[in-house]
Amino acid sequence: MSARVTPKAMKRLFDTIGTVDAVGIEERVSKYSTRSIKNESKMWGLNCAVSMVDLTTLEGKDTPGKVASLCQKAIEPHEFSEIPQVAAVCVYPSMVKHARKHLGVSKIKIASVATAFPSGQAPLSTRLAEVKYAVAQGADEIDMVINRGAFLCGEYSRVQDEIAAVVEACGNSTLKVILEVSELETYDAIRLASFLAMQVIRDGDFIKTSTGKTGLNATLGNNQVMIEAIRDYYLATGKVIGMKPAGGIRSAKQALQFLTAVKETLGDNWLTNKRYRFGASSLLNDLVRQIQKQKTGAYQAPYAFSEAAESY
Amino acid sequence: MPSRTLKTKKSGRSAPELIFGDLWNFDPAPETADPKLKTSYDLFIDGKWVKAKSKKKFASINPANGEKIADIALANDADVNSAYLAANRAQKMWGKTPGKERGKYLFRIARLLQDKAREFAVAETLDGGKPIKESRDFDVPMAAAHFFYHAGWADKLEYIAPGKRVEPIGVVGQVIPWNFPLLMLAWKVAPALAAGNCVVLKPAETTSITALKFADILQDAGLPKGVVNIVTGASETGSAVINHPLASKIAFTGSTEVGKKIMRSLAGTKKKMTLELGGKAANIIFDDASIDQAVEGIVNGIFFNQGHVCCAGSRLLVQESVADLVITKLKTRIRMLKVGNPMDKNTDIGAINSLAQLNKIKSLVAAGVREGAKLYQPECVLPKTGYYFRPSLFTGVTQSHRIAREEIFGPVLSIITFRTVEEAIEKANNTVFGLSAGVWTNKGSRILKMAAELKAGVVWANTYNKFDPTSPFGGYKESGFGREGGRHGLLDYVKLS
Repeated sequence: MSARVTPKAMKRLFDTIGTVDAVGIEERVSKYSTRSIKNESKMWGLNCAVSMVDLTTLEGKDTPGKVASLCQKAIEPHEFSEIPQVAAVCVYPSMVKHARKHLGVSKIKIASVATAFPSGQAPLSTRLAEVKYAVAQGADEIDMVINRGAFLCGEYSRVQDEIAAVVEACGNSTLKVILEVSELETYDAIRLASFLAMQVIRDGDFIKTSTGKTGLNATLGNNQVMIEAIRDYYLATGKVIGMKPAGGIRSAKQALQFLTAVKETLGDNWLTNKRYRFGASSLLNDLVRQIQKQKTGAYQAPYAFSEAAESY
Repeated sequence: MPSRTLKTKKSGRSAPELIFGDLWNFDPAPETADPKLKTSYDLFIDGKWVKAKSKKKFASINPANGEKIADIALANDADVNSAYLAANRAQKMWGKTPGKERGKYLFRIARLLQDKAREFAVAETLDGGKPIKESRDFDVPMAAAHFFYHAGWADKLEYIAPGKRVEPIGVVGQVIPWNFPLLMLAWKVAPALAAGNCVVLKPAETTSITALKFADILQDAGLPKGVVNIVTGASETGSAVINHPLASKIAFTGSTEVGKKIMRSLAGTKKKMTLELGGKAANIIFDDASIDQAVEGIVNGIFFNQGHVCCAGSRLLVQESVADLVITKLKTRIRMLKVGNPMDKNTDIGAINSLAQLNKIKSLVAAGVREGAKLYQPECVLPKTGYYFRPSLFTGVTQSHRIAREEIFGPVLSIITFRTVEEAIEKANNTVFGLSAGVWTNKGSRILKMAAELKAGVVWANTYNKFDPTSPFGGYKESGFGREGGRHGLLDYVKLS
C-alpha cells in the first residue's frame, strides 16, 4: 500500500482496499444516533468536542476585525465558566497574520486554507506558492483541496503527486487534505481518495471531508468511510492519520454522534484534538450552551452566548 | 482473484493496535417509562377477563434479574374449551362482517399500538430480556405495521385469488414463541382477523405479558367479544389449543421438535396447518464483498435479539481468501458490543430469555469446545444476577460439528470456510433446516444464482434480518411450511372455492 498509484494500478488498489456498500454503511452509522449519552459522559463528550473545534471563518467579507473577534472566541468560548479552548482557528491566508497577532502566546493553532480553496482550479505553481505564503505568515496547519478534476478523469497519480508537492511546501506545518466528498459522490471514490492521500502525507497529518462550500458536507456516512480507511491504513502500516469532518455539523448532538463513531471505530487514541477535529463555527456556541445546561439544569437563550462566527 | 489480506507489521515495530478502553464510558441510560402492568393476570375469553378454572397461576420472570413480574393464570383443558366455544360463537358473526368493517378494527388496533408504543416496548423488554432499543425500534413498530398492512387487505380479499371465492377458514388456534412475543402475535392475529377468522391464541409461558396487555387494546378498540381469546400456560395448554376439535387451522411458530409433535397429533384431522420452525442459516461472505459492511451484517445476523431468532445467521460461511480478514474485523467489532441491562438504551445484547435457554446455550458451546472448535469471546463484564451470555465466535468449525448442525438459539456464531461458489452452495444446503440465508458479494449475477440455488425461504443479499409485512416469510425442509406476511401469508388463512 505504499507505492504511488498509476492509472493501471488503480484497479489493483481498489482490489486491495476493498469497496464500500452504501446501504450497509448508512445502516451502521444510523446506530450511532441511537446511543444515549447522559450525565458525566455527556459532559466529557461536550468538552472534548469543544477542544476539537477548528473555529472557522472563510468568507469574502472577512476582515481583520472579524478575525480578531473569532480569535477571542477561540481563546474564551464562554466568559463565565471553565470551558476548554478550541483546537485552532481556520482562516484564509491573507488573514493568518491578523490571527497570529490576536492569538499571541495561546496554544491555539492557526489553520489556513490554501491551494486555491475551495475549487483548487489554479496552476500547481500558484497553489504551492499560496501554501508557502500561508506558512511564512505563521500558519501552523494547512488545509488543502485535492484536484477533483484530475481525480474524476482518472489521473490518480497526478492527484497524489500534487498532494506530495504540498506536503513538501508545508515544511513543519501540519497538512489536512480536503477530499471534497460531495464532488466525489460515491463512498467507493471517497475511500479511494482517502488512501491516495494517506499514502503520501505524514504521520500526524489529516484527511478532511469538505470545504463547506458545496451542497453536502460532512455526514456520518462520509465520516465513517474515512475513519474506516484511517483504521485500515493504521493497522496495515502503523501510520497515524487524523480526521476532520467539516461543514454541516451545527449541533452538539451531531458532534456527539461523530465522536461516538470515532470511539467505536478508531478507539480511545483518536479521542483527542491531535487526531480528530471539527471544522465548524456555529457548533461552538451550541456546545457551550449544552455544557451550561448540564451545569445549571436550564437552557439559556441563544443571545446569552457571545457570537463570533456565523459562517459555514 | 485479488488477495485482500492486510499487510503484516514492519519488523522491529510492535503491531499497531486499536484501544477500546474506558476513556469515554457512557453513563447508564435506562428507559424509565411505566409499562403499566398488573400484578396478576387472568385469561381473556369472550371479551372479558375470567379466572382460570384450573385455579392455578404461574410466575413470569424478568430474565435480567430473575425477579417476578406478575402472576399469570394457567389455562387447563376446560379453560381452552371455553375459549374455543367463545371463538366459535363469534365466528358466525365475524365471518359475515363486511371486510371494510373488519379493516376498521384492525386500523384501530394498529393506531392504539402506536399510541402505547413506549409502554409496550418497556413491557416487552422487562418480560423477555431483549434490549430496549430493539423492542422500541423493531418489535413494536413492526407489530403495528402488520396490523396496518392487513387492515388494508380486509376489504380487498377477492383480489388475492382472482376468479375464486374467498371465505374465512373458521376458528384458528395459534401458538407463538418467546423470542418476539408481540411481533409474533401480530404476524398471527392480523391476517387471521383480516380474513374473517376468530382466534384462540397461546403466548409462550415465559413471555405472556405483552399478549395480555394487547387484550386491553382489543377492549379499547371495541373488537366484538370472542373474536380474539388469549389463554396462557405452558406446553399442556398448548396441546389443548392444538388438539381442540373446533380448530379449523393451527398456526405454530417454535421449535422443530414441537413442530413434529404437532404434525403427528394433527395427522388424520381436517385441520389446516402452518409451521414456522427452527433454522441454521448460512450467512455467506464472498471475497469481493464490502467487508466492513459484511461484518456489520454478520453481527446483525447473529447477535440481534441475543441470537434468539429462528432465521439468525448462525453459520458464517466465509471464502478462504478473506477468512482471516473477516475474522479479525469481526473480533474487533464484537468488542464494541455492550452486554448488560436490557433496559439501558445503549445495550446491544440483553439477557437470555430464560434459565433453561441459558443452560441449553452453555451445553452446546461446551460441546463445540469438546469437539475441538476454537472459541473466542470478548472480555466484557456481565451483570451479577440475571441470565447473560457473552457474544461468542467459533472458528475451525466443520460441517460435522454439532454447533454447525443444531440450532443454538443464542449469541453463538460458527465460522466455516469455503473455496468456491459451488462449495458454498453445497455447505449452505447441507442442513435439515431451510429458513433463511444471506449472500454478500458485489456481483449481481452471483446473487441471482445463489438465490435460486439456496434451499431457504428467505435469501437476503448484502443485508440481513430485514422484515416487512408485505414480504412472505417461511421455510423449507424442517424449518416448516406455509408463509406469513404478504399475499402468500394471507392465502394460508382463507378457504378458496
